[in-house]
Amino acid sequence: MTVALYPTDVAWRPVSPRLVVVRRALALGLLTPVALGTCIVVAVLTSPVGAVGAAMLAAGSLSWLWWTIGRACRSWGYAERADDLLVRHGFVIRRLSVVPYGRMQFLDVTAGPIDRRVQIATVHLHTAAAATDARIPGLPAQEAARLRDRLAALGEARAAGL
Amino acid sequence: MTTSAPDAPAATPAEPAALQRLHPLTPVLRGAKFFLAVLAVLSYRELPQLGVGRALIGLLAVVVVAFVLSYASWRFTWYRIDGKELQFESGVLFRRSRRVPLERVQAIDIVRPLVGRILGLAELRLEVVGQGNTEAPLAYLTEDEAHRLRARLLALAAGVHADTPEPDETVLARIPSRDLVISVLLLGQVVIGLPLLAVAAVGLLLIDIRAFLGSLPALASFALGIGSVSVRRLLVEYGFTLAESPDGLRLRHGLLETRAQTVPPGRVQAIRLVQPVLWRRRDWVRVEVDVAGYAGGDEGQAVTGALLPVAPRAIGVHLIQRVLSGVDVAAIARRPVPSRAAPLDPVQWQQLAIGLTPQVLVVFSGRLRRVIDLVPLAKVQSLRLAQGPLQRRLGLASLHVDTAGRRLATTAAHRDAAEALDLFHEISELARAERELRRRVTR
Repeated sequence: MTVALYPTDVAWRPVSPRLVVVRRALALGLLTPVALGTCIVVAVLTSPVGAVGAAMLAAGSLSWLWWTIGRACRSWGYAERADDLLVRHGFVIRRLSVVPYGRMQFLDVTAGPIDRRVQIATVHLHTAAAATDARIPGLPAQEAARLRDRLAALGEARAAGL
Repeated sequence: MTTSAPDAPAATPAEPAALQRLHPLTPVLRGAKFFLAVLAVLSYRELPQLGVGRALIGLLAVVVVAFVLSYASWRFTWYRIDGKELQFESGVLFRRSRRVPLERVQAIDIVRPLVGRILGLAELRLEVVGQGNTEAPLAYLTEDEAHRLRARLLALAAGVHADTPEPDETVLARIPSRDLVISVLLLGQVVIGLPLLAVAAVGLLLIDIRAFLGSLPALASFALGIGSVSVRRLLVEYGFTLAESPDGLRLRHGLLETRAQTVPPGRVQAIRLVQPVLWRRRDWVRVEVDVAGYAGGDEGQAVTGALLPVAPRAIGVHLIQRVLSGVDVAAIARRPVPSRAAPLDPVQWQQLAIGLTPQVLVVFSGRLRRVIDLVPLAKVQSLRLAQGPLQRRLGLASLHVDTAGRRLATTAAHRDAAEALDLFHEISELARAERELRRRVTR
């Protein structure tokens, strides 16, 4: 019954695999100490058997998170068509957005400290509609700059009034 | 009343318009508003404790402070029309100079608060897409001045000479007060809420008078909650007149505070036709519009947003035909959702439908309160297709259509997934064609 939600006749470009690394590092960096702490608390309060159970549970959830982050990051994709930009993402809830270049009001390129270290950035397109959801994370810095310049040029050429 | 601002650039001879002050009674009106607010709080709580003498001194101090502050702010506020821009200078300590390009104006309102009406003053509000609140509130001007200025601003916004006289208007609809009152009384919250409240009150009274007295504040606040929305609707939409002129749609309404709104042509981002269940027998509808620039924050607009508070369906349909140049809601074929959507929205799935013409997307929804949303494709900012896990299992997807309006969100929910993807392409193609058409016309 599943139907492909994403158009197949366009050239989808993936985001950088470094996005997976950054997201995984962030999630595990924050959650591993929590998991370890929980295991120690369980070990002190109950028996070593309980601690082993807790550790297995923690390892299970962390590896599930590892896998999920990989899927979620790989689901990002974008395609520059003649008149508009397509962005797709989502693994549980799938989303596909189209933003005509002429509707673009402004562009953000952001990069956090970890992003900068591995040289990736997020490009965010804004239109006059608050609900527009066109964000592409994990672009290699050069590609982000190229996309920004190209979108800005196209937006100017095709600008349409409200 | 013409003074040049101390930091304004030296006026060039080619610049005829000088910086103008707002009406000199502005500080009085502003001060009075502030004073009344203080008085309301004071008399309610503090007056008995303070004693009359001290209260009077306190009030006098408040009056002086309010007046001085308002006077200072008035003293440092100027405006003028500069070419195709409205220049607005304000601020005592932190000076602010703002220029509003008139081509970007989305709507112009003239608001006359009750006190202002007594003094013959009005506020002119320009709505531009931006932060949400009114960008350049010209408060206050004399009523004549406000009307003259509006005519000039609209003429400039339309790209004709500023001294073009205001074009004549044709009245499209005038809502009788009787219909408005009945329509508000027939709203669900009034019909169900108020009798329930009455039954609860009487029941408590019969069982135990002390319990009744104890729950009186709760009952009162509940009644106030139901009442204030309805009363507010009545106050805001009383005497509603809708007229059309070449410079746009003109709306006039209000009982205590009157409001005259002008929406220039082509500024409507979305339209909604609503029919609460109890209006069905009379076949009344309410027509709401979404214009970029009005945010939910503005109290008057948040309540109304109405193009027609209540009218027979035929008038509503006719109005939509006029505003969206020839779109006939009654004639649009409905494409329903597949029956697979039933588990996801058991209540209203049978009502969910869409219609698509080259100019407009129509979305039908609502079981009891029937809603028809119309989005002109020329106004589409972006499209989003979303599919949750359950939808994926059922082969469904929802299509969201984003416009620059902030109040009406349009979603074609639970379409067949393949159809949704086709719609996604079809609508973006049609929207592109519409945009290109507009661009060629304006060039």
